[in-house]
Amino acid sequence: MKDWKYWLAEQRGTLLAFVTFIVMFAIYVSNHPAGFTANVVQTAANKGVLLAFVAMAQALVVITAGIDLSVGMIFILTNCLASWIVVGTPLETALGIVGVLLAGLACGAANGLIVIYGRLQPIVTTIATGAIYFGIALLLRPFPGGGVNEDLADFLTGKIWGVIPVSLIVLLVVILVVWVPFSRSVMGRTAYATGSSEAAAYMSAMPIRRAKFLTYTLAGLLAGIGGLFLTFFTYTGEAALASGNAYTLFSIAAVVLGGVSLYGGTGSAIGAVFGALTFRAIGDLLFVFDLDPLWQPLFQGVVLLIAVSLGAFGLLRVRNKLDWFA
Amino acid sequence: MSDISSGRGRNGIWKRIDPAVATAFGCIVLLLLVGSLYSSNFLHLEYLLLQLKVASFLGVIATGAMLVILLGQIDLSAPWAITTGAMMSCAAAAYGPTGVALAIPFGILCGMAIGIVNGIGVAYLRIPAMIITLATNAVAQGLMVVYTGGFSPQDEATEAMRYIATGFLIPSVPNAVLVWIVVGAGAVFFLSRTTFGRAVYGIGNSERAAYLSGIDTRRILVLAFAVSGGLSALGGVLLAGYSSKAAQSMGDVYLLPAIAAVVLGGTSILGGRGSYLGTVAGVILITLLQSILSVMQIPEAGRQVIYGIVIVVMLLLYGRAPASR
Repeated sequence: MKDWKYWLAEQRGTLLAFVTFIVMFAIYVSNHPAGFTANVVQTAANKGVLLAFVAMAQALVVITAGIDLSVGMIFILTNCLASWIVVGTPLETALGIVGVLLAGLACGAANGLIVIYGRLQPIVTTIATGAIYFGIALLLRPFPGGGVNEDLADFLTGKIWGVIPVSLIVLLVVILVVWVPFSRSVMGRTAYATGSSEAAAYMSAMPIRRAKFLTYTLAGLLAGIGGLFLTFFTYTGEAALASGNAYTLFSIAAVVLGGVSLYGGTGSAIGAVFGALTFRAIGDLLFVFDLDPLWQPLFQGVVLLIAVSLGAFGLLRVRNKLDWFA
Repeated sequence: MSDISSGRGRNGIWKRIDPAVATAFGCIVLLLLVGSLYSSNFLHLEYLLLQLKVASFLGVIATGAMLVILLGQIDLSAPWAITTGAMMSCAAAAYGPTGVALAIPFGILCGMAIGIVNGIGVAYLRIPAMIITLATNAVAQGLMVVYTGGFSPQDEATEAMRYIATGFLIPSVPNAVLVWIVVGAGAVFFLSRTTFGRAVYGIGNSERAAYLSGIDTRRILVLAFAVSGGLSALGGVLLAGYSSKAAQSMGDVYLLPAIAAVVLGGTSILGGRGSYLGTVAGVILITLLQSILSVMQIPEAGRQVIYGIVIVVMLLLYGRAPASR
């Protein structure tokens, strides 16, 4: 095979996610009463970017065949924290942002420590740590409130040159600073190898545990960035259980739509970003077609159900029945 | 190497006791002692029966969770299976005398339908249980939101539902406890005395081996998920009878405690190992912990944190995967 064919095979999921997003967004925009204007794009970008950060976080962990059901709660916790400390003078704000990101990092690292070095199942562990993170968020913000540096918030949720949404640029920067170096490093390769076959990765003397630990930690950081952005959009902190659960759920949907296999080893965080944007575009289709918003949870649930069922097509390629039970 | 064989061993009583179950019972005694230092009411029979009644709601739900965990799977659709059971049984009550008579079975059937979708997804489409159950949970939530219009439904629980949750068939023993005893006895019987139970433990240990032994593993999986959904819905029916109404997201607070109760009772989260006695201990332990935290007036936030920490610590004590590959 030629080099570009390998590349195509590797990026198939991501490219498919990209094409799906373009189609969905085109349908969305062409039916939107305002049409394809900078404001419509800005609103869509701001909503999509929140989920995109959380979906990237989930994608990192899913690539190693793990799962993080606490991403939504880290997202909520960092939102509540940011509503306390990202205020005041530019210096205080900057320190506050660093503090919020460190908190996200610490939550992710705690997950990683327990799951990898404590050798526990990621599902139960992250449900339990999610409860802890939500509890802390509730301690920080028993009632919705707080504030944020509004100049910075307005800048980051606005547009530059009246056209390009700043949130998209931040998303791009985060991808370039976090995802690209990670995926090209030994740790990133190990994460993929671990996801496709942990035994083979172990036999090849790859640093499995450090790589897994790094993915959980970076997932915490990315969820923290998401939480920070939530504060910039809402100007407040709120410990909303339903919102945390919803973001965890949607992150999984976004990861699947983004072509990241839940069995690990394939896909990319960039795919998950497009998955997140697609999921948002699909969810918003209801509004442009003027349906009752009551139907939105059901609609999103059905989209999720269909998305995860699509993975079952892989079964058709299985020749040996015993492989079903792997 | 499963607990069934060690449980059947005749080498003295100590070898037959699962250390995890013993730990859980030890923790219950410890909690009661700590509680009695705090308030003398803790050792009164009345208080203990009240706790048992509260525990029975969790106990019914945890039974379903345990069945699925024994298979090495997990059911995260419990929150909205509970709510669906509660809402649909109340909804049926609005349709005349037939509706009232069929309210309880109808609620349970709705929960079983959710479970069957889960089971088909896991068994036939081979979707990871965690993912498909999250998806059906979202769909069930969507259906209930559409049905109720996003508000608490106005329908009231039927007399029968209130009776099984709050009535007294035997003086001073709440009926909810009797329901739990019946469900628990059924679970013990089916798990230890039938081929279904053997198959559940077998699949939990190795689905491949179970399949090669001629067990229709996929049918068992669907059946187990259906029972789990049905039991969650029964828990919802009891809860609706208890508060005489169904409410939005009334089931959300039961997901973590149900899984925690099963895991704290020594059932392996990887499947194939665990006893119902352990689950009973786990349910009582969690209920007492909740009760003590609320008596000590620790706010919801603190309770969530303590919960999470207790579960992680208990798991670290005896839920770890083997170190060798």
